[in-house]
Amino acid sequence: MGTYILKRIMAIIPIFLLATLLTFGMIHLSPVDPAEAYLSAAHIQSTDEILAQKRHEFGLDQPLHVQYVNSIIKICQFDFGISYLSNKPVWEEVTYRMPATIQLALGSIILAILVSVPLGFLAGIKKNSVIDHFSRLLSFFGASIPSFWLGYLLIFFFSVKLDLFPVEGIGTWQHLVLPSVTLALPLIALYTRLLRASVLENLQEPYVLFARTRGIHEKVIMGKHVLRIAISPMITGLGMNLGKLLTGTIIVEAVFSWPGFGRYFIEAIFNRDVPVIQCYVLLAAGLFIFSNLIVDLIQMCIDPRISRKGGQRQ
Amino acid sequence: MITSLRIMMRSQKVIVLCSIILSFLFIITILAPWIAPNDPIAVNLANKLQPSSFEYPLGTDHLGRCTLSRILYGARISLGFATLIFISSLGIGLIIGTIAGYKGGWVDQVLMRLCDGVMAFPNLLLILGLVGILGPGLKQVIIALMLVQWVYYARIFRGMVLSLKEQNYIAAAKISGSSQWKIIKKHIVPNVLPPLAVMGTLEMGWAIMDISAMSFLGLGVQPPTPEWGAMIHEGKTYIRTNPELMLYPGLMIMLVVVTFNLLGEALSERFGVKRR
Repeated sequence: MGTYILKRIMAIIPIFLLATLLTFGMIHLSPVDPAEAYLSAAHIQSTDEILAQKRHEFGLDQPLHVQYVNSIIKICQFDFGISYLSNKPVWEEVTYRMPATIQLALGSIILAILVSVPLGFLAGIKKNSVIDHFSRLLSFFGASIPSFWLGYLLIFFFSVKLDLFPVEGIGTWQHLVLPSVTLALPLIALYTRLLRASVLENLQEPYVLFARTRGIHEKVIMGKHVLRIAISPMITGLGMNLGKLLTGTIIVEAVFSWPGFGRYFIEAIFNRDVPVIQCYVLLAAGLFIFSNLIVDLIQMCIDPRISRKGGQRQ
Repeated sequence: MITSLRIMMRSQKVIVLCSIILSFLFIITILAPWIAPNDPIAVNLANKLQPSSFEYPLGTDHLGRCTLSRILYGARISLGFATLIFISSLGIGLIIGTIAGYKGGWVDQVLMRLCDGVMAFPNLLLILGLVGILGPGLKQVIIALMLVQWVYYARIFRGMVLSLKEQNYIAAAKISGSSQWKIIKKHIVPNVLPPLAVMGTLEMGWAIMDISAMSFLGLGVQPPTPEWGAMIHEGKTYIRTNPELMLYPGLMIMLVVVTFNLLGEALSERFGVKRR
């Protein structure tokens, strides 16, 4: 078990190095010179002298491999450089905006779990019932509806027509409701479908038949055995989707004027604020890698067969 | 047997229905300049925010532009560029997948690990990262989408080449004297087509959703070009007085994406292709 954990953690290092190499490469391949971008964003008249000075300051005159190693050392110290636009450290700006995004993401994950676990479970054990049809309809439309449009539909019905929730902004719990629902619907669609399929599959397993012949109460079989095993693909989905969730917050933050990390990133793209863009991509990649690791570890606790097979699932 | 036949019949019906809707949409896309009642970018401030009338069947927007004409022209961007992305990522996938399959060894390893790397991250994150570095604009969004989507096709084509090299039934066909062309036509194409069709339809839906999402964020299509996502972005200011401005383009996006998804699901059911 210990070696499995160690192996999983060691596997992260090359992936993360690849991610840093990709962002580093993309920035150096892009036609924009960081020194020039800095000068134009800071409204400084660019002369050859100032440009050369800035290039030296950013370390752009050093050989590429030295620049790459330096950038990795800086990233490990959470030093993502200085924003061209505000002239403040990027990390400071990011940590200032992070809590709003985390609040939104947590709200929608909790909502998604609260809805999709009972719905997917009931749809699975009562196949072709009303609740099953409802769950299939919901998973289909949840996956097909553009989230920015869903956000405006919710604003239109619940804020403009019924005046139940505020249109935009942050503050009270009412502010959190519509953005969380918008962000949660695609997740609900996915998790409900995963759990339903997994429950249906597990009901065919011999252990269910065996438990039934032993006369164990149906509720115990379903609640204690089937649900416990069937939930595993959903947990994988949950971890795989944290990265998607982060990109989802970009759109939802734009719709609801939510003052989070996503809106900051979009502004950075418009202003060509390269350090912020790099920081966002790296953080998203890091979050994605670590959430996958944590999901694997959780699954190992639920289903010990995984680690005994030396990490080989299926 | 009977149930599987029923599933086949049902998915057959869905495939026909979806194909009719999509052909209709593609015809509209091609005919947009002839059937649109007005110029989609002609500004007429005297006519702004009009309700639907004979001249403007779906009313006008905040600049007095005809909503119906803008939706029709918007279809050209969404469907047209989604098709372009489909064809070009299919082409890139064909080249890279074939090289990986034929060469094998370390070339295959490197290319497939690259595919794994691209597939490991959510599409929208990669697209946003690429657009962040290339800068906003429709061209950049299209390039980013191509660079992300080819991996799925590359895997399908690599599998095709490997089966060409190694599968027993191909070897049997060769031994029994079938020509190269006949083997490709009779054995390879029927095996590759279903997964390609399923992948292609699902990916068209995603591409349309991604293009409109990027345009909505202001990173894709730039004004005054009509595009559904951009129209929702423009219409949101008038949500209290003229909600239809953001309702119509959203309905169109959903109609197209739902049709593509339904078609993809029906195709995978019909041909027994596993979805990823």
